[in-house]
Amino acid sequence: MIEIFEIPTSKVVPSVADVLLEQGIQDLKSANERIRKIAETSIANYKKYSQPAGIAREISCGDFDIIYRGEGNNEAETPLDLIYPVSSGLVLFAVTLGEDISKKITSCFEKDEFAVGSMLDSAASAGAELIADYVESLYRKKLDENRGYAGTMGLMRFSPGYCGWDISGQKRLFEYLQPDKIGLELTDSYLMKPLKSISGVFVIGPKHIFEFEDNFAFCGECNDHSCLERIKSLTENH
Amino acid sequence: MELLDQLKDSLQKGESEQVARFTKQGLSEKIDVRTILDDGLIAGMSIVGAKFKDHEIFLPDVLLAAKAMYVGMDIIKPLMIKEGIPTLGKVVIGTVHGDLHDIGKNLVGIMLKGAGFEIIDLGRDVPAEKFIEAAVESDADVIGMSALLTTTMPVMKKVIGLAKEKGIYDKVKIVVGGAPLSNEYAEQIGAHAYCYDGVNAVDRVKEFVKA
Repeated sequence: MIEIFEIPTSKVVPSVADVLLEQGIQDLKSANERIRKIAETSIANYKKYSQPAGIAREISCGDFDIIYRGEGNNEAETPLDLIYPVSSGLVLFAVTLGEDISKKITSCFEKDEFAVGSMLDSAASAGAELIADYVESLYRKKLDENRGYAGTMGLMRFSPGYCGWDISGQKRLFEYLQPDKIGLELTDSYLMKPLKSISGVFVIGPKHIFEFEDNFAFCGECNDHSCLERIKSLTENH
Repeated sequence: MELLDQLKDSLQKGESEQVARFTKQGLSEKIDVRTILDDGLIAGMSIVGAKFKDHEIFLPDVLLAAKAMYVGMDIIKPLMIKEGIPTLGKVVIGTVHGDLHDIGKNLVGIMLKGAGFEIIDLGRDVPAEKFIEAAVESDADVIGMSALLTTTMPVMKKVIGLAKEKGIYDKVKIVVGGAPLSNEYAEQIGAHAYCYDGVNAVDRVKEFVKA
């Protein structure tokens, strides 16, 4: 069953620290007053122009296998290869901030408001992750409350284009999930429109299945190794 | 403080109104347009670039400085055209066909313009042929291409192939950038350089134009 989420913008607003981190400013204290003001302006614009929406659909392991194998372009071995066959549940998802915020970013650059535009782009990137986190949290709640797993199960998300899952995986994911219902489309180059969108799969299962090392062939090309933080958070979170 | 120093200082601080004021004052004091450009505006942006490289300032500071630079450039541009003052060089930039991500490309364009280059921005989703057409038409020195999707990176190789076919590969340097790219990929496809950010792009393009 396809589930469409109405997501209040107020639930998915990035903080000044989130936005500055996207700009490469790790420490809030090192940002001067002027930069912080631009970040605050970007957040105000984010609230004004965001139209967050989400869609999700549970999927069997067998059906996900077809989607995951996709066009046959995945890396030879990936974390997902090891995880999803032993998972307890799989949910395809897609979230978006909508088109208006992208148009606003473009408009800022056209008016030479470069810092404002760049900061809004960063706010939107941070915001898209927050929307994915929000939908993920709804499923975590279901895990704990409705399925009685209460802290014994974990949930982790993976997206095409990352961790060895080729970006062409978007094609079958879109066919199955139908995110056009929330205004998302996929181009021939597997680009999602609107740009500030995320798609992927939530994998649910016993926490130990998510413990993997970042030593796959493609890990050397990854900029952030955020998987490690996510694994740590998941396995330490009770 | 000498006027050009004041101009440089205001630019570094991103004070657009002050940059406009000092630029106009420079012109009214009969300071050579070229001098205002080279020793005021470009010199100021050069310091900004160096500070950014040394992690003394951040991207927003650079962009505020760039905006101030543009304000100054807009004031002297008609005089530059009238006096036939050339730019440092011409750079054609664009995000390749199939890709709509343009923030990185925009930032590179901003930095290059801030360094004194003329930018021909083709926008997003640019077919390979259009890069070549624009480079030939504008007699460009450099083509800069951006891609954020692995699926669109092959377009870069196509542009390089077309540049060779057209006989402009040695004259027009080709630089590439974008998150999925690397030095290795750039070498593999025959690009002249991989640029990891806007400041690096300025350095590399300057090298090519001077050579």
